[in-house]
Amino acid sequence: MKIYLKIWRQKDASSKGKIVDYTMNGVEGDMSFLEMLDILNEDLISKGEVPIEFDHDCREGICGTCSLQINGRPHGPDRLITVCQLHMRSFKDGDTIVIEPFRAKAFPVIKDLIVDRNAFERIQQAGGFISVNTSGRTVDANSIPIRKENADKAFNAAACIGCGACVAACKNASAMLFTSAKVSQFALLPQGRIEASERVQNMVRQMDLEGFGNCTNTGACEIECPKGISLENIARMNREYLGASIKG
Amino acid sequence: MSSLIKSSIARKVVMALSGLFLVLFLALHVTINLTSVISPDTFNQWSHFMGYNGLVQYIMQPVLIIGVIVHFVMGIVLEIKNTQARSIKYTKYKGAANAPWVSRNMIITGLVVLAFLGLHFYDFWVHEMTYKYIESNPEDPTRYYTETVEKFAPIWRTVLYIVSFGLLSLHLWHGFASSFQSMGLNNKYTPSIKSFTKIYAVVIPLVFVFIAIYHHLNPITH
Ligand code: HEM
Ligand code: SF4
Ligand code: FES
Repeated sequence: MKIYLKIWRQKDASSKGKIVDYTMNGVEGDMSFLEMLDILNEDLISKGEVPIEFDHDCREGICGTCSLQINGRPHGPDRLITVCQLHMRSFKDGDTIVIEPFRAKAFPVIKDLIVDRNAFERIQQAGGFISVNTSGRTVDANSIPIRKENADKAFNAAACIGCGACVAACKNASAMLFTSAKVSQFALLPQGRIEASERVQNMVRQMDLEGFGNCTNTGACEIECPKGISLENIARMNREYLGASIKG
Repeated sequence: MSSLIKSSIARKVVMALSGLFLVLFLALHVTINLTSVISPDTFNQWSHFMGYNGLVQYIMQPVLIIGVIVHFVMGIVLEIKNTQARSIKYTKYKGAANAPWVSRNMIITGLVVLAFLGLHFYDFWVHEMTYKYIESNPEDPTRYYTETVEKFAPIWRTVLYIVSFGLLSLHLWHGFASSFQSMGLNNKYTPSIKSFTKIYAVVIPLVFVFIAIYHHLNPITH
């Protein structure tokens, strides 16, 4: 296949970037999207040009590192996958593909297609944990009975890989889906209830401080999330937050 | 408590509560308007009651005005903050691939409704205030029906009504159910709330439009 690429190039955080055109011949349907970029980069290197920087690590959909906005959608056109799981068979000969970094004020571009997602780390640090004594007498989590429904919901929330596609998809660059998944994975379990009210208040405060937008309930995040995190989590976080704030 | 007022979630709850309050008010408003088609006398009685009852005039009316102001000011504040949250725009952004138009354009449908409210205020509220407090006219419990029907004589106003209620319908189509999600309610009742929202968002504006067209087509002949 012949593929026309329009890729965001930006030298560093303080430079102004721009879209640069590349043409690729001989792209195979079985190539992954990132392999296609690898080949383009090898080509650029052999020509003595600076390769395109993009984030990736596991290349099997579990680490949440890869992060590209492809033709106006985070992780590309297919549902429930990350960019590293996207294959070129989702495109056809002669297609033009626009590749941009995830855009949000809270996710500044570091270089080319790589953005700084430390804002998510700081939200996590604000409360995305439980305090347990790990001196060797830790109670085994499996010895605490938990309703199946809650265990499943907590597990589904915990599937969030922190990729930031929810922010990238949202017209408001809101981080509500991510934050709510991290709040929910604890809120539904007895171990998490102990610090539940401080957790939700601190995490929401940090989320706001980072400069993410507000949620308009468009549902774009849920559609684009590679892990299928549900909007129910946002409602749960709002409930938890209101409850915690009213209690004081 | 102070952190509550500054938080994104609290802003959304303010939006939701003021929106739901307006939704309730709209149901009351359409009921009264409908009597103008069914029985002019009932319409006059109700309008007169609303216009001269102390509770309505000094408590409910100010609450309503504050409700509208809170809702649209907060809507604009949120819009500004949300635009700032993505300072560099995408070259290509496929919003339609993952969210309905109505949910992405609440500010547009909302601002059209606001413009309409401006005209509506001028037409009815400014008129009432002038009639009652500036010109100090005596109470006349029979004037409302004629005044209302005459408003719909010009075709431009009738058309403006139809367009505005069309946009209000779109605003409610997303807004009504969305307000429950904002307040943290997403459970087994959510599908029913979503269905009810669609019925409400279509039926209520349609009845308003019907009343406007009805009066336009049936002018009072002197
Ligand atoms: C006065 C002009 C209006 C403006 C400028 C306006 C603006 C907005 C905006 C921007 C939102 C979305 C906010 C967000 O979620 O980010 C919204 C939500 C909403 N609006 Fe309005 N609106 C107006 C009038 C109305 C009226 C007349 C009604 C009802 C009869 C109404 C009912 C709602 C509801 C129920 C919501 C949903 C709240 C939520 O999602 O939590 N609005 N409005
Ligand atoms: S909620 Fe989904 S889209 Fe958002 S960071 Fe987690 S996995 Fe990625
Ligand atoms: S590289 Fe790990 S999820 Fe894509």
